[in-house]
Amino acid sequence: MSASRSERLLNLLIMLLVQQRYVPKERIRQVLYPDQAGDAFDRMFDRDKEELRALGVPIEVGQLSAYFDDEVGYRIRPDDLALPEIALTAEEASVLTLAGKVWHHATLADSTAAALRKLVPGLPLEAGSPLSISEPRITAEEPTFDDFWTATQERRTVTFDYRTPGSDSAGRRRLEPWGVIRESGRWYVLGLDVDRKQERIFRLSRVEGATRLGTRPDAFQVPAGTDVREVARRLKPATDKQPLDVLLRTGAGHALRRRGTLLASGVSGPDGADHWDRLRVEGALSEVSAEVLTLGTNAFAESPPEFRDHVGGRLDQLVAALSVPTTGTAP
Amino acid sequence: MSRAGTGSRDQVARLLALVPLLHRREGLKVAEAAAALGTTRAQVVKDLRVLLMCGLPGGMPDDLIDVDLDTLEEDGSEGVIHVSNAEYLARPVRLSATEATALIVALRAVRDSSSLDSREVVDRVIAKLEIAAAEGSVHQQIEITPEESVAARTRTDLDTAVARGTQVRISYFVPSRDEVSDRTVDPVQVATVDGVDYLEAWCHSAEDRRVFRLDRIQALELLDTPATTPPGAADEPLSIHLFTASEDSAEVTLLLAPGARWVPEYYPVDHVRHLDGGFTQVTLRVIDVRWLHQLVLRLAPDVTVVAPESVSTEVLRIASETKNFYG
Repeated sequence: MSASRSERLLNLLIMLLVQQRYVPKERIRQVLYPDQAGDAFDRMFDRDKEELRALGVPIEVGQLSAYFDDEVGYRIRPDDLALPEIALTAEEASVLTLAGKVWHHATLADSTAAALRKLVPGLPLEAGSPLSISEPRITAEEPTFDDFWTATQERRTVTFDYRTPGSDSAGRRRLEPWGVIRESGRWYVLGLDVDRKQERIFRLSRVEGATRLGTRPDAFQVPAGTDVREVARRLKPATDKQPLDVLLRTGAGHALRRRGTLLASGVSGPDGADHWDRLRVEGALSEVSAEVLTLGTNAFAESPPEFRDHVGGRLDQLVAALSVPTTGTAP
Repeated sequence: MSRAGTGSRDQVARLLALVPLLHRREGLKVAEAAAALGTTRAQVVKDLRVLLMCGLPGGMPDDLIDVDLDTLEEDGSEGVIHVSNAEYLARPVRLSATEATALIVALRAVRDSSSLDSREVVDRVIAKLEIAAAEGSVHQQIEITPEESVAARTRTDLDTAVARGTQVRISYFVPSRDEVSDRTVDPVQVATVDGVDYLEAWCHSAEDRRVFRLDRIQALELLDTPATTPPGAADEPLSIHLFTASEDSAEVTLLLAPGARWVPEYYPVDHVRHLDGGFTQVTLRVIDVRWLHQLVLRLAPDVTVVAPESVSTEVLRIASETKNFYG
């Protein structure tokens, strides 16, 4: 780390902060970059501004004079720079400590640590008693996660190769990312597919090779009122879910019971006995049928009729297949 | 986002937190500052030497920030930091958009895994931080499903129990028996094998070592009772324990129609033979034969049992009996 760079960054911040008016670029150069000129100075100055902005320092750019519009100045408003007064109790401080351990991902863990450091001066001296909250963790193993996170954050377009399920080769996509979402242990990105001019959702693990971020930040706007979760729900491949009624023997079918609603107990079942429960499950016919079949004589597909016929039909075929001695080769 | 020059950025970030901290707490010691900022005492002193070179742009001695280095050097880590002439840096910097997003998303995960009474505390913190966040924070655009946090809670509760050496009570679902049972166990270790989380524990109901899948633990309660696992129970890695074919496993051969072609990708099989017409013949070792009956029923009619005959006969019996329900 270069001490002189740190000095320069801090001095730049102070210089722009303590002036009431915009500081001309040339004045900044004379004081802080006396050995630099022309393009070299521009590049150095741009990098330094970028570095300060990354730290959360808002640098304003303004026109110095009404007559010469090429004269640019810079300033930092003290009220824009300062963290609003936040007072936290010891209990609230321990919540923050816990939050600092959530991200099991290098970049995001660093960002969280930087945020917590800024909050340190506002924390009470005495430590709070530990709360009864177990430590959650969020991971992101997908190599392209950082890029999609940054692109979402900075509203840059992303170009990447994507392999659609069932196809052998990957196709090039250009996306304006609106948000990232994690579900069932996987990260997805959703947004506007620029070439198809439609909302799309992509699974990060199906992105092949490297991504390319657009050079321009704020390259697009997320449509006002976009609810990422709602969009994700809308874009999910449609499964033909329907209400299906299943009879389960009392005490059987735990997996199905967890996802369904109990409608009645002590129902008369297909064997004539009345120790059955009626359960309503919302699901795809083939998938719920598989669950019912798994349970053998402990479950019965009751209604609608096509559900009943589907399960009954599969059992007929299985009985037929098993009744013929198999030779070990295809029929 | 440029990641170049991160060293300087970190140093400036520390200084922008340190100066407000010094204004807030009179007589802060080097060691205390290091602890608060998560760095070393030597680094704090190095940072202060940079601060010494900063100040108002006039370049006059009075313009510079004043750091009393003598007190630092005299007393080592017990040294008290004195900084003056830096009032304009007395307030901490607003959170950057990235920082705010990362922290708020983390806090929401904490919220999802907290009990009802502590949830209120977490909500208060989130509300305070949303005010403090810079404009442009996009935490509304990052969504994480809470189910995952529930699974994470099981895991962290188990980690806690292992660390404390205490017992837990679990409700555990066994699909092959279609049964949920409550058991008290001494957790030995949690390990991820091929992407699945397992708990290895001493089960007091079975009075033996058992392996449980975390996603089948339906409820978990931490107990204060110390674990009483017989010594030496955790001597070998979980993976060995899990996937060593047991003495009493049975070898089964199945014939799969094209519709069930995915089976060998999903379950560990010993042999795969590709046959004409997209059919596949697989051989696998099965410890619990009830599990196999269920697999054949679930895949009906895309699978038939080639061998042994006893399995075929039993599945045929179950299937015929169930078929009678449908007239």
